[in-house]
Amino acid sequence: MANPQQQPAETRSTEHDWERIANTPEFRELMARKKRFIIPATLFFALYYFALPILTGYFEFLNTRVVGALNWAYLFALSQFFMAWIIAILYVRSANKTDQLIEKISKGKEDER
Amino acid sequence: MNATAFVLFCLIVAITLLVTYWAARRTRTTTDFYAAGRSIRGWQNGIAIAGDYMSAASFLGIAGLIALFGYDGFLYSVGWLVAYLVVLLIVAEPLRNSGRYTIADMLAYRMKAKPVRSAAALSTLAISTFYMIAQLVGAGGIIKLLLDIDYEWSIIIIGVLMILYVAFGGMLATTWVQIVKAVLLMTGTILLSLMVLANYHFNLVEMFNEVSARYGQEFLEPGLQYDNPLDNISLGIALLAGTAGLPHILIRFYTVPSAREARISVVWAMFIIGAFYIMTTFLGFGAALLVGHEKITAADKAGNMAAPLLAEALGGNIFLAFISAVAFATILAVVAGLVISAAGAFAHDFYSNVLRGGRATEEEQMRVAKLASVGVGVASIILALIAKDMNVAFLVALAFAVASSANLPVILFTLFWRRFNTSGAVWGILSGLISSVILVLISPNFMGDSALFPLNNPAILSVPIGFLGACLGTLLSKEPESEQKFPELYVRSNTGIGAE
Repeated sequence: MANPQQQPAETRSTEHDWERIANTPEFRELMARKKRFIIPATLFFALYYFALPILTGYFEFLNTRVVGALNWAYLFALSQFFMAWIIAILYVRSANKTDQLIEKISKGKEDER
Repeated sequence: MNATAFVLFCLIVAITLLVTYWAARRTRTTTDFYAAGRSIRGWQNGIAIAGDYMSAASFLGIAGLIALFGYDGFLYSVGWLVAYLVVLLIVAEPLRNSGRYTIADMLAYRMKAKPVRSAAALSTLAISTFYMIAQLVGAGGIIKLLLDIDYEWSIIIIGVLMILYVAFGGMLATTWVQIVKAVLLMTGTILLSLMVLANYHFNLVEMFNEVSARYGQEFLEPGLQYDNPLDNISLGIALLAGTAGLPHILIRFYTVPSAREARISVVWAMFIIGAFYIMTTFLGFGAALLVGHEKITAADKAGNMAAPLLAEALGGNIFLAFISAVAFATILAVVAGLVISAAGAFAHDFYSNVLRGGRATEEEQMRVAKLASVGVGVASIILALIAKDMNVAFLVALAFAVASSANLPVILFTLFWRRFNTSGAVWGILSGLISSVILVLISPNFMGDSALFPLNNPAILSVPIGFLGACLGTLLSKEPESEQKFPELYVRSNTGIGAE
């Protein structure tokens, strides 16, 4: 096992090298795709989640019953779990696609050596 | 204590010690010790994360909260799952790609190692200690209720077991103890849920109608337990930002071979944790209906006995024994995770990299890692014995507040802000840590009616303070090295090039 000082040879590249990879079209494309998913998804789940304490804390309309004693407040809280699962699955699908771009970038990095 | 429970307890102890023996023989290097040799598969790590995260407070506490206060207990549980989206989308993969054993590894990548490692080790030790004391004190009380073993003996038994797992079996033993626990906990919860729902023909509406008829419709509406919505919003901030800053959860991502496996593990964890919290509703409402408030509060005012009493009502003594054993396993898995994260912060960050400047040999690092586990464990036992009669509810809120205010801002800025530097990281961690501690000390949780700060959860104020501290510290200093190193971390954290 290496000490923190003795990193594997491939990591000892110069700063210039990393700057260059960061500016390749592939890497830019990777980051653009990541942001295109992560930023809207994060805004959405944060809004959806904080709507729960706000709507149940300051308003009463969620107490309306749906069937029998079952009300919207319970269903809205329950829906949060499904919301989280759905976003997780969508993220994995999107990330599996960007994995191919990552492979391309790492391959380019190996080829130059 | 009933005989079945005793046998099941011994069985759990025996299984976990066997796992530890097996793991000890496979733990030779520091990578084995801290990261299980990066040999854990994604789905296995997902189950272990669930086992690391779902505490006895979730299992017994939330079921009790729902049994006594209805809807508000369920409201409380939602954020614990949604928080994993922050882990999945933002933190897990970059962390896996750029670190080795601890959170500080990632920060030290582009900043001056000594100051950032010291600050990050301090916040990790603070979070793990607060969380640990809360778990141990809770565990002592619960085992007393379940098995009538003295508080002191409960703490010592749990403490010695957690030290054995970690000091000998390292992360590999910790992982498998957590997997065993998660499987037991889910089995117990599913069985209990099915037995409750069978009473209502598997019809949720019928169960809710019964709850409403017996305890009134308010019981199914918000407001019985939490009368300050702002405190709930602040708790939500602490959970969403704090889970992605919890050291004992984040270090689990180093146990898998790649960022892709780290991603898979979060998704597995989310399905298990989500299913678990949904089922606690059935347990809570089931206990309210089938056991009743009088009996639950007679056994324990806080409602911690709701789930065990429900098990007794549904399946008699044997099922009660099984659920008690599950609670015991739950406690063990969580405290083991906390011991190894605190030991890593002390041994890897503080000792090996700050005191010894990265010059310690492999053997020395291993020795210190094991000694640190024992030290952390013994210190926790002593603190838990001292804290016996304290109300420790505020400690969990405090742990999440520190994780969200001290750790998350610094993690995000390290990954995404080129200008960010050492001074910003140190300021960010310290301002988040100190503001969280002070705000909790002057909160109603601690000062009661004379509180100076009106909320029990400080995150709504302390998270902005942490971000502000990190910004100011950065802007008031110059460190070109950190800016020059940024592209390297940026490329590596997003692609995994050169990751161990």
